Amino acid sequence: MRPSGALVTGIIAPFLFLYLLELAIGAGLISRFAVPFPSDVLAAIPGLVRENNLLGRFASTLGMASLAGLLICTLGVALGAFLARFRRIGIAAEPLVGAFAASPMVLAYALFLVFFGRNFVAAVAFAVVGGLPPVILKTREGLSTVRPVFLNVGRSLGISSRQMFFKIELPAALPTIFTGVRLGFVFGLIHLIAFEFLLNFGGLGGLVAELAELYNPPATMAAMLFVIGLSAMVFFVLERAQRWIR
Amino acid sequence: MQPATAIKRPDEGDAYVAFDNVSVSFASPRGTVTALEDITFSIPRSSFVSVIGPSGCGKSTIFNVLGGLLRQTSGTVRVDGSPVSGASKGAGLVFQEDSAFPWRTVLDNVAFPLELRGVAKDERHSRAREFIKLVGLTGFEGKYPSELSGGMRQRVSLARTLVTEPALLLMDEPFAALDEQTRLLIGDKISQIHHELKQTTLLITHNITEAVQLSDKVLVMTYRPGRIKSVIDIDLPWPRSSEVVGSEAFGAYVGRIWQDLREEASRGLEDASRGAAA
Repeated sequence: MRPSGALVTGIIAPFLFLYLLELAIGAGLISRFAVPFPSDVLAAIPGLVRENNLLGRFASTLGMASLAGLLICTLGVALGAFLARFRRIGIAAEPLVGAFAASPMVLAYALFLVFFGRNFVAAVAFAVVGGLPPVILKTREGLSTVRPVFLNVGRSLGISSRQMFFKIELPAALPTIFTGVRLGFVFGLIHLIAFEFLLNFGGLGGLVAELAELYNPPATMAAMLFVIGLSAMVFFVLERAQRWIR
Repeated sequence: MQPATAIKRPDEGDAYVAFDNVSVSFASPRGTVTALEDITFSIPRSSFVSVIGPSGCGKSTIFNVLGGLLRQTSGTVRVDGSPVSGASKGAGLVFQEDSAFPWRTVLDNVAFPLELRGVAKDERHSRAREFIKLVGLTGFEGKYPSELSGGMRQRVSLARTLVTEPALLLMDEPFAALDEQTRLLIGDKISQIHHELKQTTLLITHNITEAVQLSDKVLVMTYRPGRIKSVIDIDLPWPRSSEVVGSEAFGAYVGRIWQDLREEASRGLEDASRGAAA
């Protein structure tokens, strides 16, 4: 399929799905108490904007996600580069970081409350810790697998170790590092929204929790649409950036 | 064939590169491996010398030692009278593997060594363009290596090395991955560049035709441990193009080198078969 065809299909498919869902709920095939009408969900959005500060909460989550993403990127790449440079420490640390990535970090949210209190610092720190492992692992992998011939080109030109890192190793490893950065951003966003949801705090996650407690399925779903929209936005921006880097 | 008068033969007494009893050994899981043993040869200033030998004979080790990427176990290596220790600023290396940086355009690849030296952008681009023209890639300045053929990428690497105007050019089987026709035509380009820049050049190759086409002198190596088996002066006229390949004298040189190389290549093949069987 041509790219333009795929784009049209990608745009039409969700609307078609929502239309079929609307029909199925109307025909009683799906309980309207379990799944609200898509039309009710869309109708709930203006109310959320007026009464629940939906856009402000969206901006709050986006702001915290951006800050967390920046920290994930900076700290993750620095730690990954450290582990690549000091090979023995890297070999020892890799399985630990991998195990950390695979652990259900979300259960540790209470620790962050103890350390930072119920505020945005705790939310951002939680997101950063959740998003760091893939960036660390992929940065180490990328820097450890730079083709030896590139390093030999640098050596043959009498390059300094600083130039070797910034002019050869880092650009050569960038595609691999960016795969980690994409995963790190996604994991960070998931952790951020989970933190907001669990603590009924701040942005979109907190709004979903509030609306769920009030048992307002259309509004809850509408808020969740914005969570999905935020994820899609982050994904789109990172995909574009990765294509540009490649 | 053109008359043998255009370039003066290098003076044998004016050795720019000198290997004196050089040996290189490596520790391996199967014990110590001697890659080079008592290698002694010299390369006169401005001449083109090829080293030919079977796979695994240590040809690339000579390249690495002379390029300062590897230290010899014993013996001395001198370039222009000074012992080699680490990467030499006067030497330019072209590697066997594709080494054009995929994240840089052709222009930025070629300008890379000048960027490291802090040359201003306009000047380095202007100089890079000269060498891009020299290797026949004008019009491809804005392309990335992924948009070029293997031969063109190797010419990018060659231009990036030449832009530093090295007094000593070292090439480690740079055209090994190319088909024979492309290799012959690139050989013409190399020959023309050598004629223009007159750098002292060492080519590591396993291709007899390439060695005879380009060289003033061919060193034939033995199979493990690598030693110099014979030194053959190629007394074909300069400037030399790939048309020389059809001449009787060219065929005689190819035959002479193959005579020396055949026994060594057979030993290498037997060794490889034994290794595969084990």
